[in-house]
Amino acid sequence: MSDPTTQIVELESVVIRFAGDSGDGMQLTGTQFTNTSAVFGNDISTFPDYPAEIRAPAGTLAGVSGFQVNLSEHDILTPGDSPYVLIAMNPAALKASLPDLQRGGIIIVNTDAFTPANLKKADYDTNPLEDGSLAGYEVHEVPLTTLTRETLKDMETLTTKDKDRCQNFFALGMTFWIFDRELSVSESWLDQKFAKKPELAEANKKALETGYYFGETTEVFRRRFSIRPAALKKGTYRKITGNEALALGLVTGAKKMGKPLFYGSYPITPASDILHNLAPLRNFDVRTFQAEDEIAAMGSVIGAAFGGALAVTGTSGPGVALKGEAMGLAMMLELPMVIINVQRGGPSTGLPTKVEQSDLLQMLYGRNGESPIPVLAPQSPTDAFDIAYEACRLAVHAMTPVAILSDGYLANSSEPWLIPNPDEIADIPVNHPAEREEEDAPFFPYLRNEESLARPWAIPGTRGLEHRVGGLSKAPITGNVSYEPKHHSQMVRERAEKVARLANVIPELKVDGPGEGDLLVVSWGGTFGAVHTAVRRAQAAGFEVSHAHFRYLNPFPKNTEAVLRNFKRILIPELNMGQLAFVLRGTFALDTIITYSKMHGRPFKISELYDKLEELLG
Amino acid sequence: MTTTIPLELSKKDFVSDQTVRWCPGCGDYAILAQMQKILPEIGVAKEDIVFISGIGCSSRFPYYMNTYGMHSIHGRAPTIASGLAVANPDLSIWVVTGDGDGLSIGGNHLIHAIRRNVNVNILLFNNRIYGLTKGQYSPTSRQGTRTKSSPMGSIEQPLNPLTLALAAEATFVARTMDVDTKHLGEVLKAAAEHKGTSFIEIYQNCVIFNPNEWAGIDDRKTRSDHVVYLEHGKPLVFGKNNDKGIRLNGFKPEVVELGGKFTEADLIVHDESSQELAFILAHMEHPIYPPPMGVIRNVTKQDYSAGLMEQVEAAQKQKGVGDLATLYSAGETWTV
Repeated sequence: MSDPTTQIVELESVVIRFAGDSGDGMQLTGTQFTNTSAVFGNDISTFPDYPAEIRAPAGTLAGVSGFQVNLSEHDILTPGDSPYVLIAMNPAALKASLPDLQRGGIIIVNTDAFTPANLKKADYDTNPLEDGSLAGYEVHEVPLTTLTRETLKDMETLTTKDKDRCQNFFALGMTFWIFDRELSVSESWLDQKFAKKPELAEANKKALETGYYFGETTEVFRRRFSIRPAALKKGTYRKITGNEALALGLVTGAKKMGKPLFYGSYPITPASDILHNLAPLRNFDVRTFQAEDEIAAMGSVIGAAFGGALAVTGTSGPGVALKGEAMGLAMMLELPMVIINVQRGGPSTGLPTKVEQSDLLQMLYGRNGESPIPVLAPQSPTDAFDIAYEACRLAVHAMTPVAILSDGYLANSSEPWLIPNPDEIADIPVNHPAEREEEDAPFFPYLRNEESLARPWAIPGTRGLEHRVGGLSKAPITGNVSYEPKHHSQMVRERAEKVARLANVIPELKVDGPGEGDLLVVSWGGTFGAVHTAVRRAQAAGFEVSHAHFRYLNPFPKNTEAVLRNFKRILIPELNMGQLAFVLRGTFALDTIITYSKMHGRPFKISELYDKLEELLG
Repeated sequence: MTTTIPLELSKKDFVSDQTVRWCPGCGDYAILAQMQKILPEIGVAKEDIVFISGIGCSSRFPYYMNTYGMHSIHGRAPTIASGLAVANPDLSIWVVTGDGDGLSIGGNHLIHAIRRNVNVNILLFNNRIYGLTKGQYSPTSRQGTRTKSSPMGSIEQPLNPLTLALAAEATFVARTMDVDTKHLGEVLKAAAEHKGTSFIEIYQNCVIFNPNEWAGIDDRKTRSDHVVYLEHGKPLVFGKNNDKGIRLNGFKPEVVELGGKFTEADLIVHDESSQELAFILAHMEHPIYPPPMGVIRNVTKQDYSAGLMEQVEAAQKQKGVGDLATLYSAGETWTV
């Protein structure tokens, strides 16, 4: 099918960005391209970057929505630093993405959108297509709107607006041609999506196909690219985002506990997709509850946990701020539940759709009184599945709320997920105390398990176990209200010790590279991919450097101090002002820590981390 | 599961081992006693009964009930009760709240629990004052109420708990009074029987910070002249000698003397299903009108948990009970 005169260049990997107005369908276009590449067998990593406004004024910089995908024939961990190919649907999209683009990269622009009005909206004084500012890039000017309208001119039932909405599929078709991809995955998606509106399926398919042949016949593109399938571990894969993985992990946790999943949540970006993913799963006995506010969501979760369900809430930092008091109650009641914080840029409303890791201290300490809560953090979109299941396990093991710190990058980014066999996932044992008759020994709601210090999970409906719990300070064993100084002190210590003892049932901290030496890079949560790749590159370049990544932030793995003390210097890159650094310094009295902060609302680039390593080691 | 033989219960089965710590003479004692008295009569096993409260004097209630219970945080009891009702729809759940807990800090949760028709019984002890924080005016305090935080008199318009509940489309709304113990017991039983949210305002006396709030209507001897007891299908007659009644004059209720110009036939006949009448009754305030006592509104609508579980059953019937392997593989997959 391909034009023999066109050169096909083999690439190991390539980063592509689709950028346009938030109404241009760029997220969809990027997703379609990714799905096809994933099915083709490439390793993929994606990163959608969109504004908080649903439809910011058309054509403006504020309204630019981008979707970046990294395709590779080998294992990749990030969506890539700099796109090599940019598809820009208007001047604003070009302007917003150009600083990230690789020098010499390929730009495909929709020339129809480069009108004086749009140029002005994008703050261009002169037309970049004419003023020479794009010299050094390979620019392809394509009148997408005109071509799409021309393609669909015979479809009389469609309005011009309908036709214009197909231009992203024209662009997608062109991109498929450039990267030597088949159309079938997107075609069948369109058939399914527009099953009830076959004329729209038809129009989009026509645009897709014409876009593809436009690439082939016009010879606009001198080069095509091919990226071979990656040597991934054998098995069946699907593409998964962090939010999807959390939802699946929670459903799995519930199923493995033999419990209904209660998910009480108030919509908030970037956590709402967890709710959207769970709401259709009623046949799994998933009971979603869209609460009237964040506090109510937390309250409902406490009630559901008291009632014996696997209870979970999901939110972002501003929601956690509102939930704080109820989280303290949950901790005091010692009931199992999971609290997810999909972090976004803060403080206050901050950057709703962007990433930051600035809620670590909030999650660890953001409550009144001594209020220890275990905190876990997924390191990649797929790891979110394991972390969600792990949070369920630990919550029940220690009878405690467990927090998960995801972030806006993990939430929306996707990568291939090796689909596990559910039968190989262990059950989570739940032991509710049995019924009692009057002649039996009395029931003590705060009589702890000697090993885990967990109290019994006695649920309403169980005869003979009637008991009261509450937020007032209480006596050990009976749980009766008590202001006795020694009771209060003992209970505060027991709750802390209970969380600390989880270190006995979690894995130790692993070191990638030598176990001792000059420099250890420490990371946590969603920065894993960039940090790990940067360290590996430095190692390959001959630098002596190691990497340790935390998925458990409270308690820390048992060997944490030993690992940290084996290095002269510890570099901690974080998307905050140095919160993990602060905690590690304070916990282990270390004076070897160097912080490396970034608060741009964007993930780390591998290159900037590598530059920092070079600076420290060079 | 083994079949549990229901126990023959009596009042003492519901008394917990904790010392009751309300002020001597507090209206809460009477409410607690009535609750303990009626629970053996509602046909629910003790282990299926849960009391949830927030913060405030009334919120100590669960500690004194030998049932499952939770003393939670200020204003949030309806949220906890909602989660509990969804987790286990078979429970008999009682929320105990006050005018500060339920209408001020927790006002939002109250209306949303009611509008969802969660199957809980909400008892709002209204003493028109903050007691536990030592006597500030509350959202139900009358304008002009002088307290530590309003020495020149409160300038705020008070909330009417009944009209608020009705505006939130409550399916069961009633009012009773701490000192009117028999009536209190009857209303509690009616609430227990109702499926969906039952909202009950209980006029309750704070002997320390607002002792004269219900003067004129709380005296057993003269009460019948100052309140009107509601009965479904019966005319609104009141007075010691049943010599007074309420009729409608246009949209306005009017107190009339019976025996002269008006007879019972001229009076409003109570209809628990009428939202319109419920609003008229709920607006009848002392001393212009005799405040109504009893069940103001009682209609049947599907409760929240029933609706949710119906969806669970429907989904399981349609798609089969969820299977993880199928779920994992939903959408596009590929094999390496």
